[in-house]
Amino acid sequence: MVVHEVTDAEIDRIFQALADATRRDIVSRVLVVGQSVTSLSEHYDMSFAAVQKHVTVLERALLVTKERRGREQLVHSRIDTIGRAQTLLTAFEQIWAQRARRIDDILAEDP
Amino acid sequence: MTILSVDKDADALTLTFVAEFAADVDRVWQVWEDPHQLERWWGPPTWPATFTTHELRVGSRSSYYMTGPDGTKAGGWWLVTAVDAPTRLEFDDGFADENGNPDDSIEPVHAIVTLESVDGKTRMTTLSRFVSIEQLEKMIDMGMQEGMTLAMGQIDALLVD
Repeated sequence: MVVHEVTDAEIDRIFQALADATRRDIVSRVLVVGQSVTSLSEHYDMSFAAVQKHVTVLERALLVTKERRGREQLVHSRIDTIGRAQTLLTAFEQIWAQRARRIDDILAEDP
Repeated sequence: MTILSVDKDADALTLTFVAEFAADVDRVWQVWEDPHQLERWWGPPTWPATFTTHELRVGSRSSYYMTGPDGTKAGGWWLVTAVDAPTRLEFDDGFADENGNPDDSIEPVHAIVTLESVDGKTRMTTLSRFVSIEQLEKMIDMGMQEGMTLAMGQIDALLVD
């Protein structure tokens, strides 16, 4: 399904981009609809400039794009539909993995 | 607890999650049946679920809401469509507003849960069937408000451009 040849340098950038929890979170937040850097900043305990830097790292890794709308810049996901479905199912898998861990904790309380 | 397999079908929009627990089938059924146990695991710790009605009987509607760190509420409901205690449960899992009124603009997710005894342990299979990407997105938004962690294994998906 990879449309263009992905170079080693690009793969390195993607791994580096996703190695950070904030950046992973940004990717997940813009999957649904594009969001401005300002509204993204509200979710993190860091400056607007710091969030902007994270977005730039994701942009360089081709994971998101920025689009100017009025005075705002909207950050969009670059993942296409099937890729989005895959990504979302992976997120849903994580939800179930977490639920299973919580069920296990409850069961572990039994004498 | 061991996760035995996860099967994702991006075309059919289904997820099949299989895990094994060190408890018998009756005990694992209780975490689904007892609303007090259910609300301890259904939502993430930062968005705990509160079930105001819950009964595993065909035709029964469960109602719940999840409360975020800032007090925001996200509502949901279940409609139980099949029950064969303690081994099988099917339900539609839908969205609701903060007052618990069902949101009919988005279709519910269908879930099939089976519990089977394997060597004294319980194998739990949950199959979730989505009808649209939008619905899947909304479900994830609700299930993971605290911010999800993308697994490295999905790099392939991210590369699709």
